Amino acid sequence: MISYLIRRVLYALPIMLGVAFLCFMLVHIAPGDPLVAILPPDASVDLQKQLMELYGFNRSYPEQFFSWVWRAMHGDLGSSIATGRPVAQEVFKAVGNTFMIAALATLIGFFFGSLFGFVAGYFRNSWVDKIASFISVVGVSVPHYWLGMVLVIIFSSQLMWLPATGAGPDGSAAWIWDFEHVKYLIMPAVTMSFIPMGIIARTVRALVADILSQEFVIGLKARGLGEFGVFRHVVKNCAPTAMAVMGLQLGYLLGGSILIETVFSWPGTGFLLNQAIFQRDLPLLQGTILVLALFFVSLNLLVDILQTMFDPRIERA
Amino acid sequence: MSTLQATAATPVSALPLPAFKRSRGHWANVAARIVRNPLAMIAAVILLTLIGIAVFAPWIMPADPFATSMFTRLKPIGTPDHLFGTDELGRDLLSRLMLGGRLSLFMGITPVLTAFVIGSGIGILAGYAGGFTNTAIMRTIDVLYAFPSVLLAIALSGALGAGIVNALTSLTIVFIPQIARIAESVTTQVRRSDYVDAARASGASAFTIVRAHVLGNVLGPIFVYSTSLISVSMILASGLSFLGLGVKPPEPEWGLMLNTLRTAIYTQPWVAALPGAFIFITSISFNMLSDGLRSAMEVKQ
Repeated sequence: MISYLIRRVLYALPIMLGVAFLCFMLVHIAPGDPLVAILPPDASVDLQKQLMELYGFNRSYPEQFFSWVWRAMHGDLGSSIATGRPVAQEVFKAVGNTFMIAALATLIGFFFGSLFGFVAGYFRNSWVDKIASFISVVGVSVPHYWLGMVLVIIFSSQLMWLPATGAGPDGSAAWIWDFEHVKYLIMPAVTMSFIPMGIIARTVRALVADILSQEFVIGLKARGLGEFGVFRHVVKNCAPTAMAVMGLQLGYLLGGSILIETVFSWPGTGFLLNQAIFQRDLPLLQGTILVLALFFVSLNLLVDILQTMFDPRIERA
Repeated sequence: MSTLQATAATPVSALPLPAFKRSRGHWANVAARIVRNPLAMIAAVILLTLIGIAVFAPWIMPADPFATSMFTRLKPIGTPDHLFGTDELGRDLLSRLMLGGRLSLFMGITPVLTAFVIGSGIGILAGYAGGFTNTAIMRTIDVLYAFPSVLLAIALSGALGAGIVNALTSLTIVFIPQIARIAESVTTQVRRSDYVDAARASGASAFTIVRAHVLGNVLGPIFVYSTSLISVSMILASGLSFLGLGVKPPEPEWGLMLNTLRTAIYTQPWVAALPGAFIFITSISFNMLSDGLRSAMEVKQ
């Protein structure tokens, strides 16, 4: 067990380094000069040189890479070309906002996904199963940015129940946990929850169907255990896998929130990426993607470790 | 038995053949099973219709999809001459949706096809070579796999800049690791099978083994897996255009149309939502067809 943990962590390190390398390369696969966003078209060669030196673009690639990684490890992701503010500061502020909708979406998706999955798995091939399975196909097939727009049309433009965009009344930036603010959270989170819902429903349905067909279930029934008792065993058996899928979904949602954040003008990492892309602010793009990808790798690691700890059947020698 | 002995001297063609039916091949069986799956068939009909409309769009469009008009901006669905209404520049939405299907379908399907070719190649190479080559290839693939696909697609096309070719490149890179992983695991299984050992023992070269034994057994499963990615690819490709990273205006494309119509959700909400409905219908049809194909491939007899 301990040796598995150590090897799993050691395995994640080169992946993280690879992820960092890819993020580093983003600046260099970009066409044109990385400073083009701030340099006036008639900038003197002197000024250009000065800025190249300031941002370190004049050094060799390996040198740039290692100094970038070294500074990133100390929490310094450079400064935004467009605003001049530290990238790390901008990213961490935005990550909090994205985390809020992603976490809420994962919870909603997990709840409904498990519900549909259990019903479908228990009553396999009945009409309930067909409906539940259809809902899960819709969940994974719907373009979520369009779903967001449809929800805005229904609940903001037609019914006028919920605000369409933003993260607080009067465009306020500070988040408070009150009803006025939560209203802004509902639609982005519900829109986002369709993705994990579909995937968790599919997973749980397959798990439940598999567990119910195993011999120990027949054994439990033969010994006179009631429906509820059997149900408890089924839940216990599919919980580790379902939780693992849920954990990974949180990572996917954090990384993939840009489209939904664009629809709802939600001030999270997606908004930041949008800004970085269209202002050609490459350090900001690089930093945001690095943080999100590293978060995803760490979450993968955590899920793997927790799953091994909770599920004694998984033997990873 | 007696008939067999009696025919020993007669020519084979003169044998009284018993009622004999040639058994169907694997793919004929798969096709027969998928035809009996109503959901998959509905999906196939929808997709064929959409592809047909997209291909023949220039000849069947009711109006010029690029002709703007200040007087017919944002007309509702069902307006005479504009069955699906008009967009924010007064262009006929039905014509734009028809022509837009070309780019949307092309941009959704192409990355998966390209990634299928490249990813299968990489995966089969890694799976068949094994050892150090396998480790080197698969660990590199793992790095790309460590990104959520939406994030990787946006990171790459964000860095490369807007444009159709850049969007297609980014999406292909997103799907290569996913397909390569499946290809690698299927190939590894086949490589360990007895018939490959037997072929090697009888002196077949690596090339012959791959061509005769590996490809036929691995391409099917890899293909089925790849078809399940088309739906994601459709959503992502239109998503990139929706963000302004793919197709550029005034070219019609469903994701881009959805983006430019976003400003109209208060004036003509249902017109604004239409392009997205097409992305949804295409994506769900691809998913159902792929599901049908997968269950048709699982032989349980």
